[in-house]
Amino acid sequence: MPLPLCSFVPEFFNMITYLAKRLFEMIPTLFGITLVSFLILQLAPGKPTDVLTEMNPKITPEARERLEKLYGLDKPVMVQYGIWLKRVVKLDFGNSFSTDRRPVLEKIWDTKQPLIDRRLFITFLINLLSMVVIFIAAIPIGISSATHQHSLYDKITTVFVFIGFAMPTFWFALLLMMLFGIHLDWLPISGFKSMNYEALSLSGKIWDRTQHLVLPVFISSFGGLAGISRYMRSSMLEVIRQDYITTARAKGLPEKTVIYKHALRNALLSIITLLGLSVPGLIGGSVIFENIFGIPGMGQLFYMGVMTRDYPLVMGILTIGAMLTLAGNLLADIGYMLADPRIRAR
Amino acid sequence: MKLLFLKVCLLLLIAVVCGLSEGFPSSAPVESGKPAYGDALITGSIGEPSVLIPMLAGDSASHDVAGLIFNGLVKYDTDLSIIGDLAESWDISPDGLVITFHLKKGVKWTDGVEFTADDVMFGYKTIIDEKTPTPYKEDYLQVNKAEVLDKYTFRVTYEKPFAPALSTWGNLTVLPKHLLEGKDITKSELTRKPVGMGMYLLNKWTSGQDVTLDSNKDYFDGRPYIDRYVYKIIPDPATMFLELQAGGVDMMGLTPIQYTKQTNTDFFKENFQKFRYPVFSYTYMGFNLKHPWFKDKRVRQAIAHAIDKGEIVDVVLFGLGSPATGPYVPNTWAYNPNVKKYDYDLNKAKQLLKEAGWEDTDGDGILDKDGKKFEFSVLTNMGNRSREQTATIIQYRLKKIGIKVNIRVLEWSTFINEFIDKRRFETVILGWSIGIDPDQYDIWHSSKTREKEFNFVSYSNPEVDDLLEKGRRTFDLGKRKKAYHRIQEILAEETPYIFLYVPDATPIVHARFKGIKPATIGISYNLHKWHVPERLQKHRMEQ
Repeated sequence: MPLPLCSFVPEFFNMITYLAKRLFEMIPTLFGITLVSFLILQLAPGKPTDVLTEMNPKITPEARERLEKLYGLDKPVMVQYGIWLKRVVKLDFGNSFSTDRRPVLEKIWDTKQPLIDRRLFITFLINLLSMVVIFIAAIPIGISSATHQHSLYDKITTVFVFIGFAMPTFWFALLLMMLFGIHLDWLPISGFKSMNYEALSLSGKIWDRTQHLVLPVFISSFGGLAGISRYMRSSMLEVIRQDYITTARAKGLPEKTVIYKHALRNALLSIITLLGLSVPGLIGGSVIFENIFGIPGMGQLFYMGVMTRDYPLVMGILTIGAMLTLAGNLLADIGYMLADPRIRAR
Repeated sequence: MKLLFLKVCLLLLIAVVCGLSEGFPSSAPVESGKPAYGDALITGSIGEPSVLIPMLAGDSASHDVAGLIFNGLVKYDTDLSIIGDLAESWDISPDGLVITFHLKKGVKWTDGVEFTADDVMFGYKTIIDEKTPTPYKEDYLQVNKAEVLDKYTFRVTYEKPFAPALSTWGNLTVLPKHLLEGKDITKSELTRKPVGMGMYLLNKWTSGQDVTLDSNKDYFDGRPYIDRYVYKIIPDPATMFLELQAGGVDMMGLTPIQYTKQTNTDFFKENFQKFRYPVFSYTYMGFNLKHPWFKDKRVRQAIAHAIDKGEIVDVVLFGLGSPATGPYVPNTWAYNPNVKKYDYDLNKAKQLLKEAGWEDTDGDGILDKDGKKFEFSVLTNMGNRSREQTATIIQYRLKKIGIKVNIRVLEWSTFINEFIDKRRFETVILGWSIGIDPDQYDIWHSSKTREKEFNFVSYSNPEVDDLLEKGRRTFDLGKRKKAYHRIQEILAEETPYIFLYVPDATPIVHARFKGIKPATIGISYNLHKWHVPERLQKHRMEQ
């Protein structure tokens, strides 16, 4: 009996060191991401002061210089990066360059607002829901089209999936808004709460938010759904061809057990990694659909920040996005480790 | 690069969507029910306000909202003359150097404290303060001395008479001293929770979603009929148009296609009223007057004759605009309709070019002179489709008289920093947003040709310099009118720019709102008089 414990302890130890190593590796990666982002941001033509000053006959060159000095834009780029980095280490993303001069962190995570109205939370919530939707929908679609390979069903889903891939999301979103918002009048078109939200009861509020979430979550999971279901299909096909599946079938197990118990577990392995890797895609997608649906999340804030060259805000969001992506990768690693003993042993 | 392009688009769209401020009527079902209090007006905007203190704001969204919360000492009347707002009256000394404002008595900030001359003084001191990051400082640096004579009298003394001075005492310099004194204005609570005395007051601002304003029941010009004004932020214009149809938005600015085609259905005719009036801006083709070819007036005039402005308005703006003849908007007092006009006339154009020495000697269809072909480029900025389309039409038209035009579309900052500032251009297509005051000293005066200044075409004419000086140094409207009319005659004759068109603003408002009276300055100036008859009211306000 002591045997499993003996093998578990070094395994557990292995895991910890592996994770620690991974965590440690993330630091230079994050550092590199911020440096590259900062430089690219500076390379892009235009300055934060342009919005206020370009082609405004009331601005004298002196006034422009005053504004640039106020923002610290007169210093060399590397000095600016140094100043920025020094603050970020203390988790202070600085003040936004936009005329409201609010701290970046407050814009992203406003502690004065209820949780549901904080930008990072909104984006996180929608992405999480999309991931769940993708998982719930893509896996069965993938499995069934793998088990029914070359059938009519498989062909239909293939076509459907490619349409999903090719469809521009913003266009599809507008079509759905027209259908559900105007013709059927079932769902709100944009925003994240109704005009009379404050007057609603708690359940009314939850229902209101849910209604506002349906289209955005559907749209943001749609593209991912197409991709993940394809991966699921091919991964499943690969597993089904393995010898042990043939063995399982040969020993007379029902097909259901073979597929869902033996094949599925192995087929899921690669999907775990993919979900981890899809985090940056989802965050990037947030920028687009949050703007279409007028959802006050982090993506919308990012878009506005880029438009006005609000360097501290853009850098803040990029850094948080990078952290989330790295965290996603780490979670994928952990998931992989839990699912696959071969990796644990390494 | 894509984001950059988006940036330009967004700015332009802001300009379009938020241009809801000037004008003439078009198709308004006029039916006035009895004014009743109540209901809410929901305006769609693609941009979100950033700060609600007018002097700190640089974007139009902030000014749209802050304009409802704060009032100025003076404002523009529907005929563009200046009338009192918080000022009951004012005296201007005969030499034009001293303006004394007599303020209205008993006006209260929405927190109950009385508004006095100290608040104006405080606002003035704040705007000229080095530490206040405001783009509007310059006008106030012209003030020599400002003094509070008593609670209701405020006096400013200028070094030189300055005609636009009166109009600068709008809402930029009125701040609640009792709330802001001794505080850093940029870090003040008031940037997001302003206290004003205007027709509306802030109820709630939810970042990225909406700004909700409630009517100021004690507004000194009468309680607004519409109880609530919601400024709803919808960054995507297509989504906003869908919201309009679904009833989520009551008022927005339309694009030319939306105005002429998409809203031409029975549904829109029954449920909405559309308006149309010129925006205070114009689009032009500017010549680099330092360039040897364009130094010759005849060449510029020939090009003017070869461009059909009517065609540009029809094609680019779907007819929603008017051909421009000078740097002012038609139907304003400064506008001079009787200037030299350049009809579309190819023969005249060819003849003028011939006089200037341009002829097609080698028979390749392109004019030449001293062995050089007449080929130049038109620069314009990326993301402004109407300017790009205008350039293409000009290219096509000029080919007909043997001039080869190349179009270069550049990203905004590159365009300004590398080409305009360094004078590395032959011609440009750009636009100016113009203020209501006709002073255009910065654009035409020969002293304004330094880098980053606005006379980048290097226009220089002593008579125009003199008239510009005269125009801004007198308060006499007749004299000013004469000066600006003469300037337009000279500009039309000399053609440093070819003035192309003045676009129209095309807002749409739900039909239940009555009392909208379109004027040259737009529709929203009398927002507090808009009302919805009781039976048509849609939103019930919980009190």
